Amino acid sequence: MLKDITIGQYFPGDSVIHRLDARFKIIFSIIAAVMLFTAQNFIGLGVAAVFILMCYAASGIQFRMILKSLKPIIPLIIFTGVLNLFFIKGEEILFSWQFITIYTEGAKTSAFMMTRIITLIVGMSLLTYTSSPIMLTDAIESLLSPLKKLRFPVHELAMMMMIALRFIPLLIEETDKIMMAQKARGANLDAKGLIKKAKALIPILIPLFISAFKRANELALAMECRCYRGGEGRTRLKKLKASVIDFFAFGLVLCVFGLIIMNNIVFGK
Amino acid sequence: MKLKIIKTENLDFDYEIYDDKGQVTEMNPALRGVNLTVQKGEFLAILGHNGSGKSTLAKHFNGILTPTRGKVFVNGIDVSDEEKIYEIRQTVGMVFQNPDNQIVAAIVEEDVAFALENLGVPPEEIRERIDEAMKLVDIYKYHKHAPHRLSGGQKQRVAIAGVIAMHPKCIVLDEPTAMLDPKGRKEVMKTIKMLNGKGVTVVLITHYMEEAAQAERVVVMDKGAVIMDGTPKEIFSKVERLKEVGLDVPQVTELAYELKKEGVEIPADVLNEEECVKSLINIFK
Repeated sequence: MLKDITIGQYFPGDSVIHRLDARFKIIFSIIAAVMLFTAQNFIGLGVAAVFILMCYAASGIQFRMILKSLKPIIPLIIFTGVLNLFFIKGEEILFSWQFITIYTEGAKTSAFMMTRIITLIVGMSLLTYTSSPIMLTDAIESLLSPLKKLRFPVHELAMMMMIALRFIPLLIEETDKIMMAQKARGANLDAKGLIKKAKALIPILIPLFISAFKRANELALAMECRCYRGGEGRTRLKKLKASVIDFFAFGLVLCVFGLIIMNNIVFGK
Repeated sequence: MKLKIIKTENLDFDYEIYDDKGQVTEMNPALRGVNLTVQKGEFLAILGHNGSGKSTLAKHFNGILTPTRGKVFVNGIDVSDEEKIYEIRQTVGMVFQNPDNQIVAAIVEEDVAFALENLGVPPEEIRERIDEAMKLVDIYKYHKHAPHRLSGGQKQRVAIAGVIAMHPKCIVLDEPTAMLDPKGRKEVMKTIKMLNGKGVTVVLITHYMEEAAQAERVVVMDKGAVIMDGTPKEIFSKVERLKEVGLDVPQVTELAYELKKEGVEIPADVLNEEECVKSLINIFK
C-alpha cells in the first residue's frame, strides 16, 4: 500500500551514531565529502572508507543497507568508470584491441573515481539512516539560524518542512483514494504515451489540490487557535544539545581529515 | 452565584460575500442576536442542523471571528481586543472536526507540545505538561508515534491533548466526533466527560442527539439564533418543536413520545436506555 512508504530512510536505533547531535552529523557529512575530494591516492581514500565503515559498524545499520544505498547510482558509477577507463591517456598500455586502448593510468583513475563516488554515497547515506527527518529539520533550522540576521526566513522554512513531513503520508493516502474513485468512474489512468499519461493525471491532481488547500485552511485555523504567531519568542520541546560525545566525534573526524592531508603531503599522487 | 466564562451580548455576525474584484456584494447573515452565557465548569451542548450558525458561534468564543455587531466576553475580556487575543485563546481551547487537519507535527508528543512552544513555555515545563496531558487522555503510550498511524479516535484525543496542555479553562469542541467511527466516538465522549469532571468547562457542538443528551445543558440553534435553552430533559421532551427545526430526539425519547401519544403512561423525558427500560418495567408492573 502507498500508505506504508516511509519518508527518508531512517532506521530507528539507539547507537552512538544515532545519539549524536544531528547538527554535528550534518557537519561531519560535509567534512567527509571534502575529505574524499582531498584524498589524492588510494591510501587516503582507504583511510576514509575504513573510517566510514567503522561508523556503520558502530551504528548497527546492516551492511546490506550499504548496497541498497548504492543501487540508484549504479549507472553513474558505471558511467564514470567507463569514461575514465577509455579516455585517460598515459604511457603504459595495459590492453589494446583494434581502436580500443586502455592505459594503466586510465584503469587506475577509473578505479579511484568509482571508489570515491561509492564511498561518498555510502557516507552520506549514514546521515539519513541514523537521523529522523524531524531531527534533520531541527538541525537545519539550528544551523541556518545565523542567517536570521540577514532576514532569511529560517523558522518559516523549518515550519514548512515540518508540516510537509506531517502531510506527505496523508496526501499520498488521499491520492490513493482519489485514484480509486476516478477509476470507479471510468477514468483511464493506465493510458500509454506521454501526453495521454499527463492528461490522465488531471482528474487526480485537481481534486488533490482542492483538498490540499482545504486542509491548509483548516490547519491554519487550528494553528491560530493554539496561539501560533511565528518564530518570535517560541521555545522548543526538544532543544538540540551538543554533548561531550559530539565534540569527541568532532575531534575524531578532524583527526581522520588530518591523516588524509598528511598522507597527501607524504605520498603525493 | 455561578461564574460566567463566556458571555455574548446581542451577537450578530454576517459573512461577507465577495465578487471577482474583491468587492463585498452581499452580506450573508449567520448569527442573529445571540445572548448566551456559559457558566464556569458546566457541560453545554449546542445543537443545530447544518447552517444553523453553531460553528460560527463557536468561532467567536476564542476570537477566530469577531462580531459584526454586539459583544463577546471571555472571562470578562472583550474578544475584539487584539492585544489580549492570546490570553483568550489560552483560556478557551478549540478542537475541530477533522483530526487530521489540526495536527501539525509528525510525532504525537511534538504536536501536543505545539501550543506550549508557541507560548514560549520553558522546555522542562513543556515536557511535564505534555506528559500530564497525554496521560490524561490516555494516549501516552503512543507519544513517539506518527499521527497518521493512529485511529480516528486516537487522533482526536491527540488534538484534545494539544489543547488541554495549554491548561484552558474552557474547551470548545466543534463536532469532534463527526468523522469518527462509533468506537472513536465513544472514546472521545468519554474523554470529554472526564475533562468536564475535572472542572474544565466544555462546550460541545454536535448534531448527535445522544451526545447532547449527556450534557448538563442544551442550547438549540436555528437560522443563526438561539431558540431553546434548558436541561436535556426539558429540551428533548419538546419533540415536535425539535422536529420543526429539522432535529431529531434520541431514539429512546422518540419511543417514549410515540408511546405517550398512544396513551401509554410513560414520562416524556427519558434520555437513555436505562431510564427507558426502568419506566417500561414500571408500566408493566
